[in-house]
Amino acid sequence: MSSKISRENFIRSIADLLRKAEIELPDDVVSTLRKVETAEESQVAKSQLQAILMNIELAKRHGVPMCQDTGIMIFFVEIGTEFQPGFDLEAAIREAVILATAEVPLRPNAVDPLTRKNSLDNTGVGIPDIHWKFVPGNQLKITVAPKGAGSENMSSLRMFNPTETGNIKNFVLETVMNAGGMPCPPLTIGIGIGGSFDAAARLAKEALLEPLDTPMEELEKEILEAVNALGIGCMGLGGSTTALAVHVKTAHCHTASLPVAVNIQCWANRHASVVFKGEK
Amino acid sequence: MEHHLQTPLKKEDIEKLNAGDIVYISGEILTARDEAHARILDMEKEGKKLPFSLEGAAVYHCGPLMQKTKNGWNVVSAGPTTSGRMSKMTPSLLKAHAVRAIIGKGGMKDVADALKNKCVYLAYTGGCAALAAELIKEVKAVYWLDLGMPEAVWVLRVEEFGPLIVGIDAKGKDIFAEVREKAQKRLENQK
Repeated sequence: MSSKISRENFIRSIADLLRKAEIELPDDVVSTLRKVETAEESQVAKSQLQAILMNIELAKRHGVPMCQDTGIMIFFVEIGTEFQPGFDLEAAIREAVILATAEVPLRPNAVDPLTRKNSLDNTGVGIPDIHWKFVPGNQLKITVAPKGAGSENMSSLRMFNPTETGNIKNFVLETVMNAGGMPCPPLTIGIGIGGSFDAAARLAKEALLEPLDTPMEELEKEILEAVNALGIGCMGLGGSTTALAVHVKTAHCHTASLPVAVNIQCWANRHASVVFKGEK
Repeated sequence: MEHHLQTPLKKEDIEKLNAGDIVYISGEILTARDEAHARILDMEKEGKKLPFSLEGAAVYHCGPLMQKTKNGWNVVSAGPTTSGRMSKMTPSLLKAHAVRAIIGKGGMKDVADALKNKCVYLAYTGGCAALAAELIKEVKAVYWLDLGMPEAVWVLRVEEFGPLIVGIDAKGKDIFAEVREKAQKRLENQK
């Protein structure tokens, strides 16, 4: 049993997926931005939201990246236990990133952390960042989320004491407060609670992929209301919408731990997915 | 209030702007970010003349993505970068040159005094790189390409470049600082 897709076609599909993610926002993100633009009462914030909506339209029309920070590439791979690609998936994904960097084009953003030397093709040690997950079935789902630095830099993680669950909301508020206009609000806020030090951060990042129109739980609603009550607004210029959505993901953790990660996402919540079916 | 300005900017042009006003700029603007700021200040110290004029200039905090064409350069993507990184160098820049407008995103800390009676800070919507590219009509010149594409000084001809929000006016009013202060108070009240 092997997959229907050749390595060559796979690379083509992934490079196209990257182009799509850079140029077009998911429908739920665009419709949420439209909704907050209509509801916004501050004229300044409204003008900023209108510019964002026009920018989204122009990027799509001209086939150019919506932001000059085309991000670093983060992949989420869900591979069916029966699915057999027949080639090295990781190497093929890297090749697709190099191809898309030249084709779209994408800004070369990957550098060595200490020498700051740029690899010029958006690949490097640990980049693209690929998260693997086995799922039942015979298909392969690949999601790419290009992540810009402006918002990623404003994210934070804290190891709380187990009795401090009541402090989680304040931690999120402080994170958003310190970020101000720098991460290009209106934001999507992904929160990971539990797991371990690194698992919490991964949960927070996965939470950013949730469709924005997913009904929110009580805690999510409470945090969103509190964040928007700060009045930071679109681009930090004041207004009623600082965040579009708050999504929380949890995992069991050690009885002596309470890791909490807050991953901040700018208005350009870019991600796109593709599914490959395996052979019967 | 909405204003449509033409570069080079005169002192009178910016004195009438109030924090919160919307501005569109036409004419030439120059990009400069971290490295270009550092070089401008070094040359000032050494008494050297700049290869471009900053008199009445609008300086854009931007590291564009450009494509070389047969006849010159094509703008692919040119949104604003975080202005906060240039906060420390800006007072010296304004002392040496009559820059009348600074365009960027996210605001700047502790520059309102240096801007007083001289210059305004105009906020451009972060991430709006496709929109910016649409409003840039021509790449007139490029200086200091040795600094790399994003750090070079690009002279761009723009038409109705905006909407730009007056974030800090020449009278010392700073919207970003006001929003921050209010948010801080609300945060304290929520605790």
